[in-house]
Amino acid sequence: MCTLCNFVQSTIGRKILMALTGLVLVLFVMGHMLGNLQIFLGPDVINGYAYKLHHLLPASALWAVRLVLLGTIAVHLWAAVTLTLDNRKARPQGYLEDKVVQASYSSRTMRMSGIILLAFIIFHIAHFTVRIVPGKQYEEFGVLENTMVPLVKDGEVVMKNGHEIMTFNVNDMMVLGFEVWWVSAFYIIATGLLCMHLTHGFSSMFQSLGLRNGLWRKRLDRVALAYGWIVFLGFAIIPISVMTGFLEKDPTGGLALQITETVAIIGVI
Amino acid sequence: MEKTMDLTLKVWRQKSANSMGAFETYAVKDVSEGSSFLEMLDTLSEDLVEKGKEPVAFDHDCREGICGSCSMTINGIPHGPEKATTACQLHMRHFHDGQTITIEPWRAKPFPVIKDLVVDRSPLDRIIQSGGFITSRAGSAVDANAIPISKATADYAMDAAACIGCGACVAACPNASAMLFTGAKVSHMNSLPQGKVEKDRRTLAMVTTMDGEGFGGCTNIGECEAACPKSISLDMIAHLNRDYATAQVKNFFKPVA
Amino acid sequence: MNLDSKIPEGPLSEKWSSHKFNMKLVNPANRRKYSVIVVGSGLAGGAAAASLAEQGYNVSCFCYQDSPRRAHSIAAQGGINASKNYQNDGDSVHRLFYDTVKGGDYRAREANVYRLAEVSSDIIDQCVANGVPFAREYGGLLANRSFGGAQVSRTFYARGQTGQQLLLGAYSALSKQIGLGKVKMYNRHEMLDLVKVDGHAKGIIVRNMATGEVSRHASDAVVLATGGYGNVFFLSTNAQGCNVTAAYRAHKRGAGMANPCYTQIHPTCIPVHGDKQSKLTLMSESLRNDGRIWTPKNAEVAAMIRKGETDPNTVAEDDRDYFLERKYPSFGNLAPRDISSRAAKEACDEGRGIASTGLGVFLDFRDAIKRDGKNTIKERYGNLFDMYQCITGDNPYETPMMIFPAVHYTMGGLWVDYNLESTIPGMFVGGEANFSDHGANRLGASALMQGLSDGYFILPYTVGNYLGEQGVAAAGKVTTEHPAFAEVEANVKARIDKFLTIGGTESPRSFHKRLGHIIWEQCGMARSKEGLEGAIKDLQALRKEFWTNLRVVGDADGINPELERAGRVADFIEFGELMCRDALMREESCGGHFRVEHQTEDGEALRDDENFAFAGVWEYKGDDVAPLLHKESLIYENVKLATRSYK
Repeated sequence: MCTLCNFVQSTIGRKILMALTGLVLVLFVMGHMLGNLQIFLGPDVINGYAYKLHHLLPASALWAVRLVLLGTIAVHLWAAVTLTLDNRKARPQGYLEDKVVQASYSSRTMRMSGIILLAFIIFHIAHFTVRIVPGKQYEEFGVLENTMVPLVKDGEVVMKNGHEIMTFNVNDMMVLGFEVWWVSAFYIIATGLLCMHLTHGFSSMFQSLGLRNGLWRKRLDRVALAYGWIVFLGFAIIPISVMTGFLEKDPTGGLALQITETVAIIGVI
Repeated sequence: MEKTMDLTLKVWRQKSANSMGAFETYAVKDVSEGSSFLEMLDTLSEDLVEKGKEPVAFDHDCREGICGSCSMTINGIPHGPEKATTACQLHMRHFHDGQTITIEPWRAKPFPVIKDLVVDRSPLDRIIQSGGFITSRAGSAVDANAIPISKATADYAMDAAACIGCGACVAACPNASAMLFTGAKVSHMNSLPQGKVEKDRRTLAMVTTMDGEGFGGCTNIGECEAACPKSISLDMIAHLNRDYATAQVKNFFKPVA
Repeated sequence: MNLDSKIPEGPLSEKWSSHKFNMKLVNPANRRKYSVIVVGSGLAGGAAAASLAEQGYNVSCFCYQDSPRRAHSIAAQGGINASKNYQNDGDSVHRLFYDTVKGGDYRAREANVYRLAEVSSDIIDQCVANGVPFAREYGGLLANRSFGGAQVSRTFYARGQTGQQLLLGAYSALSKQIGLGKVKMYNRHEMLDLVKVDGHAKGIIVRNMATGEVSRHASDAVVLATGGYGNVFFLSTNAQGCNVTAAYRAHKRGAGMANPCYTQIHPTCIPVHGDKQSKLTLMSESLRNDGRIWTPKNAEVAAMIRKGETDPNTVAEDDRDYFLERKYPSFGNLAPRDISSRAAKEACDEGRGIASTGLGVFLDFRDAIKRDGKNTIKERYGNLFDMYQCITGDNPYETPMMIFPAVHYTMGGLWVDYNLESTIPGMFVGGEANFSDHGANRLGASALMQGLSDGYFILPYTVGNYLGEQGVAAAGKVTTEHPAFAEVEANVKARIDKFLTIGGTESPRSFHKRLGHIIWEQCGMARSKEGLEGAIKDLQALRKEFWTNLRVVGDADGINPELERAGRVADFIEFGELMCRDALMREESCGGHFRVEHQTEDGEALRDDENFAFAGVWEYKGDDVAPLLHKESLIYENVKLATRSYK
């Protein structure tokens, strides 16, 4: 058998793949969270951040990054599914009385949290990236509008070749999105599950790669717990802030103005 | 004087590998708290024989916690509720009068039930046969002190080698994974200088056999470690993962002939 | 019966090497034409099977456990001796040889013991090479400790699990050969009889304990490594499955049984707690380094303690009898096993025993804790104290441990010559199952040494020699189609049917308990003519009752623990009678065998070298016929016989 097939077919090989993909996702989640938190620095900052994300690299590279991320999720998912099926097969009959001695709740519910997270990721991409999730504005606009605002830096509109540079109004998108109560609820629950998934996964990843011992297990478990909570709080604080009215739509950009401008542009075209 | 207790036992009875099994309920009376769990089962057996019924079959031998024969899940925990204790060393003082105790065989696809609580654990032997050895032909060994081994290494190898091969790790794992067993053997042999020569080959071969026997994968939850009567640590699984990854990388980039 | 010991000529130190040179060799290409059966997978059997397969023979190995790794060698705690002299403290092959002969109370064969001492070093090398994690010093060299009966530190150990680690070493070597297809392993198979063709051992009949199937297996030679017979006492430190059936069946087929009365009673076991107990647990002898053994001077105080009305800690110093210190002031609590055991029994016989049954004495650490502190004692014996507490529920740091002697090892066994070949040609016996190396008493850390010496270094040579002598034309000639197989198989099946159809009322376990009681009382720590004669009668009566009133529930078609025990107990009853006859015949006290008629004025063993310096070998003559005694004289050319004194 070829070395790679052997590796990929073995339980340990697939666990190593899960760990490596998990590492990528763990890092992505942290980056994503830090990015989102910029909303608290004002609409200009978060909108500027969105511009940077979209224009730092050429479009092809942006898509490559997106595909790598999707691929990572796919590998993580494939390994999880095949391993789960193998594991189910290995224990066709359970115990009448089944006690758990030391396994944590999060470690035993990785599949459940994983599946719900997957559903959330699909929803999340549909919601904020593809924008096909019907929301509050259903009757008016159908879905979250791809609204654009001028790029603002240090209070000044950034000009290029005499034109305003336009960027996504991420601030308003988030605020509008989270004003829908069930979206916020789903978001908070999902990030809660993400927290659980991470409190086991973060430390487990080191185990699967063989980079852990009894001492580091305790340390990494603590780090994982902290990491999970930080991620949870970092994400959940945004919908909470929106629901409590702490975060609002961009008062300077003016959604109405932008929409009319956009309509005007479309009209010109 | 020793206290005694009356107990209700719910025991898995299964005539043979091919027949259906079911739980049966028995009452045992006047069990001395100083008896071991298996002696309590002996009492049940004698009662059943007295009534002309077949006693409960279970594997057991040394009854001092080292041979690894005894194998039963007691109230949902392999080898019962006491930490680092085999069923044969578990004493009845840890139970109380009037208690109902559920006794089940190891549950895992690679360990089919042969009768009652007796299961076939030969897959563990086959894992060893595929690589769990250090080749040394009798008569050809160098002097025992020729290769110094640090105390730390010897102690670590001994920690790993303490495994008694009972299969409780498999029984405790919801995936019926044999990673702790295999990890312990690999850690023992791979950490000693004598075992380094065959290290990569051993690791790959044992993992392939382990998977081939139908054991599940490890989800790093640690139930095996908790059930292990010899407290074999999860470190042994990490060691196995590490050696496996290394061996695969080396294997992947080995010179092509 | 031919008792030619075949001891090679020449000086003691050259016998083995010259013998190896003189042995017949089998051409490597021809070895695959031979097959060898090995029964038992402990240190002797496992090592022999692995080594023979390594040499190229086709080996079939049988064990009654579900894996060869579970043989009872695994339970040995203390260590393994070797005359490495790594400690530079004056050890040598000759000293190990001398200590072993002396420790055996001069009842072992010199040449065998010398060879054992000679190969002991190779055993350690071999074990280290195959991955046994022996204890090490910080410098990376092997650590040693001293053990009973020796004045040098020559014991190698792996924590308190030396037996386990050595067995796993042999098991891994065996596993390699199984994986290579050179050994066919039969787990859960019990040997029920030996098949002889033209006087030579040519195969065995076994029962698959999982399926009930009885099958024939033919080979060119048979090796029995089936362990000791301590379970004849019902309660012993042996594993539940240990039995004498294979050895006794071979005895009935013509193999001489030597010195069955030599049994070792270990002084420091946890006392029996009730009538449901199934096994006795050994506490390491090392505890006697710091613990003081005592019972109350007064039987009434002992009775109060038994009832739980008096706390042993409140017994005043003047009311305690530290009997070992009193009787053996120079060795004190470290007196040898046989002597310590007997002293404890005497105290209990006087009504001064403690524990609920009155069969126990205290092993008290109070003074040691006072002197060295609890932490020091914990460092030395922590794991043993934990084990004691796990079993008894008592905390030995606060209340004195209770101990009592228990059967631990059997020095007697099938007679073998220098080649480890029994009186049946082609049948070899290794490990505890043979009688060869320990005489009347075994020293600590010597059993593991003997098992591995037989398995790795002796049997692979001597079995090859036998096969070579038979010639390659004889290889594989006898098959299971030979009528001898059909006949023995029919006997085995008839016996199984018989067990199932007696239809009596008493279970095998109950008979086993009764047997154990008789043997323990009359052929245990102290034996007398009167008692032994009574025991023989009792055992004959028990045998009759067994065959008329046995009840075996279930059938023979699968796992049936009752049927398995019935077969073993049937053989134990007959064997017990042989033991008593041997003890009756041996009108002297030596090692583990103590005849009350033969003691000094102060109760010490009195050996009779003039009349009993021989191995007593019994020949089976029929079910109701007395066995015939043969004698192999033990000639000591290299050691001077002396009285053991520990006063």
